[in-house]
Amino acid sequence: MPISITNSTTRYGWAAIVLHWLIAALFIGQFVLGFVMMRVSSQRTAFELIQLHKSLGFLLLGLVILRIAWRLGNAVPALPRSVGPLERRMAPPVHFALYAFQFALPLSGWALVSVSMLEIPSVPFNLFVMPDLPLAESDTAESFWAAAHWYLAYTGIGLVALHFAAALRHHFWLKDAVLTRMITPSDHSSE
Amino acid sequence: MYARILGFAAIAACLAVPVFAAVALGDAAGSYTISPASSSIRFSIGKAGGGGLDGAFGRFKGSIRIDNSNVGRSRVNLTIFPESVGTGQSRVDAFLRSDAVFDSANNPEIRFRSTSVKRTGDTTALVTGRLTARGKTFPEKFTAELGGLKAGTIRFHVTGKVMRSRYGMDVGTPIYSNVVNFDMTLTGKRG
Repeated sequence: MPISITNSTTRYGWAAIVLHWLIAALFIGQFVLGFVMMRVSSQRTAFELIQLHKSLGFLLLGLVILRIAWRLGNAVPALPRSVGPLERRMAPPVHFALYAFQFALPLSGWALVSVSMLEIPSVPFNLFVMPDLPLAESDTAESFWAAAHWYLAYTGIGLVALHFAAALRHHFWLKDAVLTRMITPSDHSSE
Repeated sequence: MYARILGFAAIAACLAVPVFAAVALGDAAGSYTISPASSSIRFSIGKAGGGGLDGAFGRFKGSIRIDNSNVGRSRVNLTIFPESVGTGQSRVDAFLRSDAVFDSANNPEIRFRSTSVKRTGDTTALVTGRLTARGKTFPEKFTAELGGLKAGTIRFHVTGKVMRSRYGMDVGTPIYSNVVNFDMTLTGKRG
């Protein structure tokens, strides 16, 4: 059975599926890592975890940009018939919010390290120097972006939880293909 | 053109040689106590993408003994209190004092004890010794240049490079260089 890299009008291709789950894993992993790194007692461990958080954040940002480009350049599978009118109307803004958060969250982290007076360079995975965003450094700006990053993270993880609950509802209650089509790639030959 | 360069060279030679050659070492011989008020111990660590982390130690003590008959038997002792580190950023200072770097609570002193002094020029010497930090001791070399001698006060400009990883202070590499560049002005008062 040939599986397709691209989406069809009813199913997701494997590129969209891989990006979805990779970003999901990174997003949740980053939330946990962010939570832990602010609470460890060892300053050395904290420093190293923060650098890892930055590396994964840049990877996440890159994947999100790729994913948004892929989404814009691909067919969007239609919602199954089981989806009611309210959800049908709510799905686009909710999905837009999910994309907005996964983009804004790593971007706010980048802004945070860019304005910090600590001036710690960003060297993702010790591979190359990522330049700072052209923002003025100050303690005030750092506090602002730290707060923005924090609120985006907690709101974002809340959205992820709702998104996850909705997927389970579709699978176990409505018994439609909304969850499974994000697991099994499209097969154009069967259409 | 050449005449002018030669002229400069001649003037420079006249200025340099008598000042230090004359004071060298017969007059300089004796024991000196390093005066922290008129001395400074600065350091700089390069970082990825350019720039560096600059700091200084505020508290230290030491002595210099210059042997009249045999320069090689001269001695330099220096004890730095890492608790007094200052970079202009209190969060960086706290990080450096913590067990991530100096662990100054358990290792309150960084000690240098010279083992040999070799004259390398009219006013310069290579000082070799044993540096102890965080319970680890390694041989290190510093270059000392006589900066002035008058009325029982002697001044040296001391530079050297230390690999911090050997002392269990490798945190932050390779974002921050392993090489710590020391730049010290040590003023000793006779007696």
